Amino acid sequence: MELFFQQLVNGLSLGGIYALIALGYTMVYGIIELINFAHGDVYTLGSFFSLSILTVLGIESEMHGWPLVAAIIGIMAGAMVFCGVVGVLIERFAYRPLRNAPRLAPLITAIGISFILENIMQLWQGPSPVPVPTFIPDPSFTIGGVSIEVKQILVVGLAIVMMLLLNFFVYKTKLGKAMRATAQDRDAAQLMGIDINTTIALTFLIGSALAGSAGFVSGVYYGTTWFFNGFAAGLKAFTAAVLGGIGNLAGAMLGGFLIGLVEAFGAQYVSDQWTNVIVFSLLVLVLIFRPSGLLGESLPNKV
Amino acid sequence: MKFWTGLDPRLKGIIVVLVIALVPFVDHNGAHLNFLADASTFVLLALGLNIVVGFAGLLDLGYAAFFAIGSYSYAMLASGQFNIHIPFWVLLFLAPAITALFGVLLGAPTLRLRGDYLAIVTLGFGEIVPQTFLNLSQWTNGPNGISALDSPVLFNYKFGLQTLPYFYVGLLLLIVAIVIVHNLQDSRLGRSWMAIREDELAAAHMGINTTKAKLSAFALGASFSGLAGVAYASKLSLVSPDNFQFNVSIFVLSMLVLGGMGNIYGVIIGSLLLSSLERFILPQATIFAHNLGFMQVDFSQFRFMMYGIILVSIMLFRPEGLFPSRQRKAELHAAELDVALATQEQSMYEEAAH
Repeated sequence: MELFFQQLVNGLSLGGIYALIALGYTMVYGIIELINFAHGDVYTLGSFFSLSILTVLGIESEMHGWPLVAAIIGIMAGAMVFCGVVGVLIERFAYRPLRNAPRLAPLITAIGISFILENIMQLWQGPSPVPVPTFIPDPSFTIGGVSIEVKQILVVGLAIVMMLLLNFFVYKTKLGKAMRATAQDRDAAQLMGIDINTTIALTFLIGSALAGSAGFVSGVYYGTTWFFNGFAAGLKAFTAAVLGGIGNLAGAMLGGFLIGLVEAFGAQYVSDQWTNVIVFSLLVLVLIFRPSGLLGESLPNKV
Repeated sequence: MKFWTGLDPRLKGIIVVLVIALVPFVDHNGAHLNFLADASTFVLLALGLNIVVGFAGLLDLGYAAFFAIGSYSYAMLASGQFNIHIPFWVLLFLAPAITALFGVLLGAPTLRLRGDYLAIVTLGFGEIVPQTFLNLSQWTNGPNGISALDSPVLFNYKFGLQTLPYFYVGLLLLIVAIVIVHNLQDSRLGRSWMAIREDELAAAHMGINTTKAKLSAFALGASFSGLAGVAYASKLSLVSPDNFQFNVSIFVLSMLVLGGMGNIYGVIIGSLLLSSLERFILPQATIFAHNLGFMQVDFSQFRFMMYGIILVSIMLFRPEGLFPSRQRKAELHAAELDVALATQEQSMYEEAAH
């Protein structure tokens, strides 16, 4: 039973990372119906950018107190801004010109962008996994035989805070309203005076910034990063978004945590060789049997 | 040129085949011949994927999975692995049947999904298959793969590690494949694929059984990769899960996108271009840079970026590819046509208002 709760904790912290990535997928899909393949690589970019900030600042050992808090917030904000800008640039130059093209065109472009980003990161940081210095002290405490690390609380807490902020933004602010209107009917929103291009760019900015924050915490959590991480993580996060109901923020969150749990329990009770197969099979099954996901509404086929 | 275009297409085909068949007698460079033999496998893959993506308009991002199944079929049924030794020539028919079966198994439940969901499902399938071959190590030797596969034998003539027989087998398979896709393209089925690609709903209303048509596109496309798998595995005499990763699927997709989706000859040219880029152009460019004194440069590190740039720039600037089929080009520019018509209409209104 202790093992079960231990995997529950591990799964939730894994899931926090997937949830943060899934939010970006779901937002972009919600607004322009594009599976943004490059999103997973933006996430990896976030972890590499955090790593370079750490290197530039010369942080190699554990920090304590206020400097630690400042470092966490500062580095994460840096990664978020960087990834947000990258996301906006990708949208501007690769997706916007194809907004009215047949749907396969932007999808193929997205794969191309993903390959380009991966290659750039490979040339930048090398083909093998790169260690990320542990600057966050890592006391773990034990509750009833289950050990919980501070990092794990950080991941889950961050995911929940981001989700709440995003929810507030989308449902309580004017820009969020514009975003929802654009997602519902782009032409009608435009007629109502909403600047479509800015709204879509804003969606990419926020989604990519969230991926950047996920990249930062993944570097901290795993203590390592790799140029190819984004491929599998992106696919899993997309699975999470679909599982929760694509276009639905709470669904992406729920899906992310569920995928994290599936992965943790799969590794424990089946074998960690098979976790990818289990998650991707789950993706196939969800798409076949419940394409609208757990919380989503079913989408009619648009003519 | 006029003489050439005036010829009967069949005669043209025979001339081209004869010229290619004579290459080994003229060009004694083993590397060139080896390249052509290897490239024929990828042309086969591109032709197969072209049925699914080019003709039927279904984006398959896990095509390498079928290639893997085809190759592993050969490896398991023609080696000491299970001590089964089915002849190469039988497997040329059996492996495509096996991959087609998997095509149907994957396609049947998923083909009713919307286009981009289908892309993701096939991508997932493309990840599951090599991973499964990797994990089932008691049958597949895991990461080491299966080696020492049977060599094809023709009337007691053993192919072994020579290049020449594989070159001719590759050429033969390509001829068969091209004849098949050619006939398919103009058949009732081929036309229904194109109708589905243009507008699935309209096609369904015209009485086309879209599920059946899409399923046959999937099965036929998969069967080509079975053929390619047999050719590939027998020549290499080795299969390992690493050879069928996601980048292989994208490599083949880039061939289609570059050459022109839907056009058989465009796809063949695209595939030869990318294969030679990989085999000759990048290494040569690296050697050239080294001779100039830039010892750090290794252009083969930029491979993936090149695929990426090809995919993005073709989609942005010439979505029909370098050698488009006329029909596909018209479809891809339909939106522009709409805009052009709308502006024309508007200027007419404005003129009338004056």
